[in-house]
Amino acid sequence: MLILECPYCGIHAEETELHAGGQAHIKRETVGADDAAFEAYLFTRANPRGVHLERWRHVNGCGKWFHAARSTTTLEVFGTYPAQTLTPPDDIRAAITAKHPDWSFEGWQGAT
Amino acid sequence: MSTRLSTGGRLLDKTKQVTFQFNGRRLRGLQGDTLASALLANDQMLMGRSFKYHRPRGVVASGAEEPNGLVNLGRGGTFEPNARVTTTELFDGLTAESQNHWPSLDFDVGVLNNYASRFMPAGFYYKTFMAPAPAWKHLFEPLIRRAAGLGKAPKDRDADRYEHFYAFVDVLVIGGGIAGLQGARAAGQAGAKVMLVEQTAHWGGRAPVDGVEIDGQPADAWVKNTLQQLENMDNVTIRSRTMGAGVYDHGYALAYERLTDHAPAQDIPRHRLWRIRAGQIITATGAIERPLAFAGNDIPGVMLASAVRDYAVNFAVSPGDRTVVVTNNDDAYRTAITLKQAGLEIPVILDARPNGGGALADQARALGVRVENGKAIASVKGGKRVTAVDICAQAGEGSVLETIDCDAVAMSGGWSPVVHLWSHCGGKLLWDEGEAHFRPNPDAAPKGAQGQDFVITAGIASGAMDSAAVLADATQAGKTAAVRMGHIAPDMAAPKADAEEPAPLLPVWKMPQGAGYKLRSKMWLDFQNDVKVSDVQLAAQEGYESVEHTKRYTTIGMATDQGKLSNINGLAILADSLNEAIPAVGTTTFRPPYTPISMGSIGGDASGDLFQPVNQTPLHQWGSDNGAYWEPVGHWRRAYCYQRDGETVEQAVHREVLATRNSLGLLDASTLGKIIVKGPDAGKFLDMMYTNMMSNLKQGKCRYGLMCTENGFLTDDGVVARIDEDTWLCHTTTGGAARIHAHMEEWLQTEWWDWKVYTVNATEQYGQIAVVGPNARAVLEKLGGMDVSKEALGFMEWKEGQIGGFDARVFRISFSGELSFEIAVPASQTRAFWDALHAAGAEFDATAYGTEALHILRAEKGFIMIGDETDGTIIPQDLGLHWALSKKKDDYLGKRAQQRIHMTDPDRWQLVGLETTDGSTLPDGAYAVAEGVNANGQRNTQGRVTSTYHSPTLGKGIAMGLVWNGPERMGEVINFPMLDGTSKTAKIVSPVFYDPEGKKQNV
Amino acid sequence: MSNAVSALQGVSSAGFATVTEAGLRGMITLRGDHNAASLRQAVTDIVGVDMPEVRRCTRAGERAAAWMSPDELLIMVPYADAPDVVARLSAALEGMHGLAVNMSDARAVFMVEGTAEGSAREVLAKLAPVDMSRAAFTQGMFRRTRLAQAAVAFGAVGDDAFELICFRSEAQYVFDLLSMSAKSGSQVGVF
Repeated sequence: MLILECPYCGIHAEETELHAGGQAHIKRETVGADDAAFEAYLFTRANPRGVHLERWRHVNGCGKWFHAARSTTTLEVFGTYPAQTLTPPDDIRAAITAKHPDWSFEGWQGAT
Repeated sequence: MSTRLSTGGRLLDKTKQVTFQFNGRRLRGLQGDTLASALLANDQMLMGRSFKYHRPRGVVASGAEEPNGLVNLGRGGTFEPNARVTTTELFDGLTAESQNHWPSLDFDVGVLNNYASRFMPAGFYYKTFMAPAPAWKHLFEPLIRRAAGLGKAPKDRDADRYEHFYAFVDVLVIGGGIAGLQGARAAGQAGAKVMLVEQTAHWGGRAPVDGVEIDGQPADAWVKNTLQQLENMDNVTIRSRTMGAGVYDHGYALAYERLTDHAPAQDIPRHRLWRIRAGQIITATGAIERPLAFAGNDIPGVMLASAVRDYAVNFAVSPGDRTVVVTNNDDAYRTAITLKQAGLEIPVILDARPNGGGALADQARALGVRVENGKAIASVKGGKRVTAVDICAQAGEGSVLETIDCDAVAMSGGWSPVVHLWSHCGGKLLWDEGEAHFRPNPDAAPKGAQGQDFVITAGIASGAMDSAAVLADATQAGKTAAVRMGHIAPDMAAPKADAEEPAPLLPVWKMPQGAGYKLRSKMWLDFQNDVKVSDVQLAAQEGYESVEHTKRYTTIGMATDQGKLSNINGLAILADSLNEAIPAVGTTTFRPPYTPISMGSIGGDASGDLFQPVNQTPLHQWGSDNGAYWEPVGHWRRAYCYQRDGETVEQAVHREVLATRNSLGLLDASTLGKIIVKGPDAGKFLDMMYTNMMSNLKQGKCRYGLMCTENGFLTDDGVVARIDEDTWLCHTTTGGAARIHAHMEEWLQTEWWDWKVYTVNATEQYGQIAVVGPNARAVLEKLGGMDVSKEALGFMEWKEGQIGGFDARVFRISFSGELSFEIAVPASQTRAFWDALHAAGAEFDATAYGTEALHILRAEKGFIMIGDETDGTIIPQDLGLHWALSKKKDDYLGKRAQQRIHMTDPDRWQLVGLETTDGSTLPDGAYAVAEGVNANGQRNTQGRVTSTYHSPTLGKGIAMGLVWNGPERMGEVINFPMLDGTSKTAKIVSPVFYDPEGKKQNV
Repeated sequence: MSNAVSALQGVSSAGFATVTEAGLRGMITLRGDHNAASLRQAVTDIVGVDMPEVRRCTRAGERAAAWMSPDELLIMVPYADAPDVVARLSAALEGMHGLAVNMSDARAVFMVEGTAEGSAREVLAKLAPVDMSRAAFTQGMFRRTRLAQAAVAFGAVGDDAFELICFRSEAQYVFDLLSMSAKSGSQVGVF
């Protein structure tokens, strides 16, 4: 059972305090978008083997949404950061590339 | 025979007799016995029957690895099947029954399977019951279900209670043998917060049984001293009868504490499941002895050599008077020496190694025991009990050299470290050629949240094979764990114990080496599931090359013991059959729990009244006192209706509907969600959340709104009130408050975080009461306070003020078509307000109504209900709610999705009313059929019922439904087949059945 | 008003720890930027307590301010004072983006206190995934979490005394959970 540190309240919360919200950094498509772009926004999600950027909510806690950079294979957590950002902050990128030198946000399957 | 010895019994209190029952017989044991040792002391070697062939089974081990000795324990509310006799502590009044036999343990009909065993090899079921298909359902499956399964399922509700406990430690040490004790001591002295758990009631593990000396003292004394030291450390917690059950991601571990299994009378939780978060976990889980595979090795009386020794030393019980020892390693000689010193006979020690054993063998010989090197058991004789063994050369094909009378056999195939907890979370294994076992690979440990190693093995669980090595390894493990948690390693030397130099072990996977089929088909690998050497060989021959496939095909290792005894031997046979090295074949996956834990402990507090939280409104008690017939709505309990003396539920509902239509109804609407949305951007935000426009709602006004998800489907509805310039109050459905609040917060926090909007879920701050019916205004005027006249408070308006002295917000909205006021008062005063309404309303026959009357009232008016007319696939357009879709707005959640091709398809079913031609009521969910059949040969459909009621107001059945092209087909009659083969016909009508002009609500 | 009643009307139970419903409490949800001077000033001037740090609750007599999230505080005052405090807070926040709502009736408050028989910490450690050891959970701390399946918040008001807040509708569930966990004989003996 995972532990993630909520970047807002600093609690190292176990999974039962959290709610998983799927892939992070999805760009909203709406009126005006073509069918393909809208379908991708609604239904297509990355499922990388390795580094992933995810949304979590500290639901049994401060109630805030945050993002986590995590390995889907080893469950190593590279860091968590507030959800109010379009891209992962530099310290998170550095923590990831320290372990996975070839990784880049731009090359991540979920990047749009 | 097995019997109690006059010497030994280090775990017994011989002054305290205990009585218990086995299969209805009253027996005696001693305080400190396990059920296994007490049964053996009463010469009850036969304890059960095997799973497939119903062969007689006696106890083979002395601990958690026991595959055979399983019993039904207790009665009624404390009944439990598949209890292991070896881990069941004896107590006064214990009752046990053996399993898997009929009519009795001694005479069992199922044993016929045994005589047919050559027709029931591995995969028998798969091969035999393939065809014809109907035979499976009607013949084979019922037969197999009756025959299969160990034990019985409990029939009564569990009388015990259970609990969890959350613990947080630096270092969790699993296993209370000398390795665990020493590891905990080292980590504890470093200052780490340590928890040490041991699955049995006793500390020290095998060391005291094996006569180990530590730092010049007998192991028992060292254990006692070390425990004392640990107890004196404030930073160390120790728990016996607590099994490390599983190791999970990020340092999470479960430990299973058995509080009352050994003393059931206490009124405390039976089991406590510890949910531990540990920085480091030391697994000092010991090792398990391997059986040897020889013909007849499953006959009661054949036991692990270490178990024989345990029974003698710990419980003063000898499994037999004449015990043949058979081994491939030095350790089993200890058993021979122990028994010999207790005055029992050892007719021979058969050592499969051509050159025999080392110092321990010399010691045995010096005691006058006959030792035969290079010899093996050709087969064991006996039925329900060993009577003799045929001996042969290990190297040959099993020609019998000699038959030796005996009543027990002590076997040892070497020791395998218990790697389960190491492996649960991904720790890898190495194959050790010398010891012929898998041991943890310290370079491939389970990884924690930071990518760090978080499990360390200690002692024989690491593969350290003598006490000196065990203690050195454990000391290091304790220090390493503490250092990893930021402490400084104590200057502590490992305690001293004698190193041993045993003669090397010889891997022996079958006995004799060249055994033919006849012998191999009598060599058991899995005692509980009846898997033999020949079965694994057959699986390999039939192409089951993967160990995981072989496991499932033969069922090896799938019994309640999860292959603790059988796995390595099975693997070795499979590897041999495939001509592969053992490590190339690999192991099956080790999954938690280590041994079965109770379902009750997993549930913890969540049983009975506490199974789930029940949300109660401020009027819950009134409902309970006034005949409320409760229904769950989300986690809320709402009154479906309030039954009066002698009324049926249906009668109560109809009375409530008519009272409301004719005079005055009162509804507890407290469960409706109430979310406050405030801020400079609140209007803009609500325009995104709702399909209709909320930003232009005037202060003091209310508007009904629809909410869709981003994929266009309706998710909630409710009335929105504008409170002031930048504040709105959004009502949600009963189940929707928390969900919609979370939905709003998600969009605010993750998409429009620059918008200035705050939300608060104020649902429970207010109780809300709907005052409904022609006399609604009259009762409020009687209570006095704010002006609720048509002029002062028009339809779809709200006002704040006082009614009857209560602070109130009054919303003039109607979900019934009647004159209606929904009144919110503080929750702590809701009961008083409700009572005041009833008192003032007595002259109007004020009638509390429940959710079913609410449903009928709204259905009579054609109002939709989220969850009835919607099911997660319905868009507003399906329900004729186009008027609620703002055309002025560029965007709202769901707008783009509602433009997708499937959403604009004219063939989507549309909401209509349905009126049966005979006045009866349609069943909920009924489908209307159309001409022809679909690709699967099923009748085509053209609609379905979404809500259906008998309307007491109209005296007939009314329904709402979704029908293909429905609104264009008014007056048409469609056909609904019933489950009993009949059918009902219904006319398509407007969904508004009552007061279509809305005269009643607008007064 | 005199006819206001708390969810369980002061019910209590005694085991190795005592569990008591504390009765009505004035509670105000205050949302706004914690760094805004006007909000900080309002907390100190109107509530009369220090602005709480993350995961803490500051108290002065019957008044308290608890950290709920980066933009939310829970203000506690005597029940009868709540409407007035809401009005004063709202006035103080005039001009900034903020929200003060009276939530006094939306919740129930319980006191869980240890006895000579056992520790209140153990009652909570049976139900919440929180380190309740003395070293980890100290006086003044305030934690939102779950108690079995209910959302709660609790704070340490003494060495072995806790104040726990839950939704009013779940008061019975929470009381039953706490009482069962505090039953005599089920002490764990680790704190």
